[in-house]
Amino acid sequence: MDPSALIQPDRVHKSVYTDPQIFASEMENIFEKVWVYCGHASQIPNPGDYYAVTIGRQPMMMVRAGDGSVHVLHNRCPHRGVQLVGNLKGNTGGAFVCSYHAWSFHLDGKVRAIPLARGYEGTAMNKSNPDCNVKHAARVDSYRGFIFASLAADGPTLLEFLGDARIAFDDMCDRSPVGEVEVVPYCHRMVQQSNWKFFMENQLDALHPSVTHQSTGIAAGRVEKRIKEEKGSAPLHYHYLSTFASSFEQWDGVQTINFPRGHGILKAYMGLRPQDPDTLEYEGVLKKAYGEAKTEEYLSRSIHHVLVYPYLSVQSPLQQLRCLRPISPDKTLSEIWHFRLKGAPEAIYRRSLWYFNLVNSPATMINADDLENWTKAQWGLQSDGGDWVSFHRNYGDDRIENGVAYSNHGTSEVVMRSQFQAWSKYMQGDAA
Amino acid sequence: MSGDTKAIPSAGADMGRLLAQDVVIGGETSGPATGAQRIEPSHSPRATLAGQPTHLREAPKPEALTSPDLHREVEQFLYVQAELLDAKHWQAWIDLFAADGVYWMPVAPEQTEWESSPSIFIEDKLMMEIRKGRVSHPNAWSQAPQWETSHLVSHVAIESAGADQIVVRSRFHMMELRRDVIRHFGGRYSHTLVRDAAGALKIRLQRVDLFNSQASFDYVLQIWV
Repeated sequence: MDPSALIQPDRVHKSVYTDPQIFASEMENIFEKVWVYCGHASQIPNPGDYYAVTIGRQPMMMVRAGDGSVHVLHNRCPHRGVQLVGNLKGNTGGAFVCSYHAWSFHLDGKVRAIPLARGYEGTAMNKSNPDCNVKHAARVDSYRGFIFASLAADGPTLLEFLGDARIAFDDMCDRSPVGEVEVVPYCHRMVQQSNWKFFMENQLDALHPSVTHQSTGIAAGRVEKRIKEEKGSAPLHYHYLSTFASSFEQWDGVQTINFPRGHGILKAYMGLRPQDPDTLEYEGVLKKAYGEAKTEEYLSRSIHHVLVYPYLSVQSPLQQLRCLRPISPDKTLSEIWHFRLKGAPEAIYRRSLWYFNLVNSPATMINADDLENWTKAQWGLQSDGGDWVSFHRNYGDDRIENGVAYSNHGTSEVVMRSQFQAWSKYMQGDAA
Repeated sequence: MSGDTKAIPSAGADMGRLLAQDVVIGGETSGPATGAQRIEPSHSPRATLAGQPTHLREAPKPEALTSPDLHREVEQFLYVQAELLDAKHWQAWIDLFAADGVYWMPVAPEQTEWESSPSIFIEDKLMMEIRKGRVSHPNAWSQAPQWETSHLVSHVAIESAGADQIVVRSRFHMMELRRDVIRHFGGRYSHTLVRDAAGALKIRLQRVDLFNSQASFDYVLQIWV
């Protein structure tokens, strides 16, 4: 199958969302090659702490070794293939011990002991054979505490892969007076009955909110207005919801920036720098740590969220991260995490928690309608009602400088055009 | 398959002798421990096991001695709470809450507060009004497919009944139908009830601990459980 025939500059063939062979090829050429987010260093603070993580189709685990180093290993015993850990997370002590025949492994994956080892004397499978070690990810690296692994030995470094999208992690960490975040130890996991690409497209799709989310936006706007009339002002969290019902014209003014490799930024629109006492106190803490100019630089970045293509959405100003783990063409798991800014006043965490609860909890009043759209999109594209998906909006009107596409209109489908250009390159084996 | 009808090969001349030997294993052995004796928990400590609580879960308190009338009143109140949800009487359900009433579904059972840790639901009456407004809006797209719930509430136990408030625990099971798919949600209700000026029971806090709160959600929860 020639991927280039499926991707035209202004439309794509429906099969890229539905075809199991294309999905398998995506796993092989994209997810099992690029740098995939495994987790945050604070998820595994102690030796033996592990977290199971899926990279492409591979069940892996991220583990902290005794010397503090982090290893990303296949969750598979080299003896007979049994998975070494059976839970999502935990502490394995000083070693992994296989539940089947007690082969044991150091935390870096190297074989530690084999029972009745003399039974292997004279065979190829003795302890000096590297085949006795747990297979590890080809490369592991981290950026500001966020740990990534790549299953490809060659290819761009983590920083090259992230490119300008690394602002996601800078923007989140810089908002802490000590430049660090720590994970909140609850992960929401949600399954969407649809292709992973719908999520990635939707993140920077500025036309959909006032259509898809109008029921919530309008209901919230009504309550917000009443509170304002009664009390003069309303807490920011009502605004989090009511903004979704902004007009098409307003949304058209929220620009997107689309980087090579499919990464992108939706610019800020929620007004997260009110002049309330909590914000002023927080800004004081940052100024003490960084000085006036740096603080201003950090807090005036216009970011709503940053996409790391093909699987991550980081809402840095509100310390949230959503990570996709595709399961099949029509099924995708998302893992949703929240972070604390180390050293920042509690009020700032609480403010971001409102957004996390209202928009990203499993009782979200926002994503409920996104998920419904994507399910219906999946079914629509599985039908014979048409072969192509249109991304014509504002085609030819994008401003492209140094490979970065800036939308002249916030609602431009340059987002999807740009993501599919990256997709097409990956699928043709060009991971550079 | 070849359709070949060759006889199954014989195990050889020793087979009969091998099967005649009787070996007994197990029991005390001399020499260093190996196998199960050697793979002790210290060899591979598991921080958590599903059979052990990850945090101290309190044992159920016995029912406080209250009047049968109070027990019946509280029970009926909890049943009505659930029936109003199933019947989609959203405003009547919200009206069960005291003015400062809160509906809270934590992420995990060990959570004791909602201001500094994530929740699945954390709603006062204003937020309830938004949720009600949302599902009642003609363009609440996710509400187009058929959608029904059916609650059962049981094991109602009044833990304490003071002059100010009544603390009740119970268990629930909610089946949800969406499109043609049925999902199950179960768990524990903890109600803190108060009386209004007219003496009617009102909810100050409805805490809902889903037993499957940390499993992956296929789709989301759209309305209170």
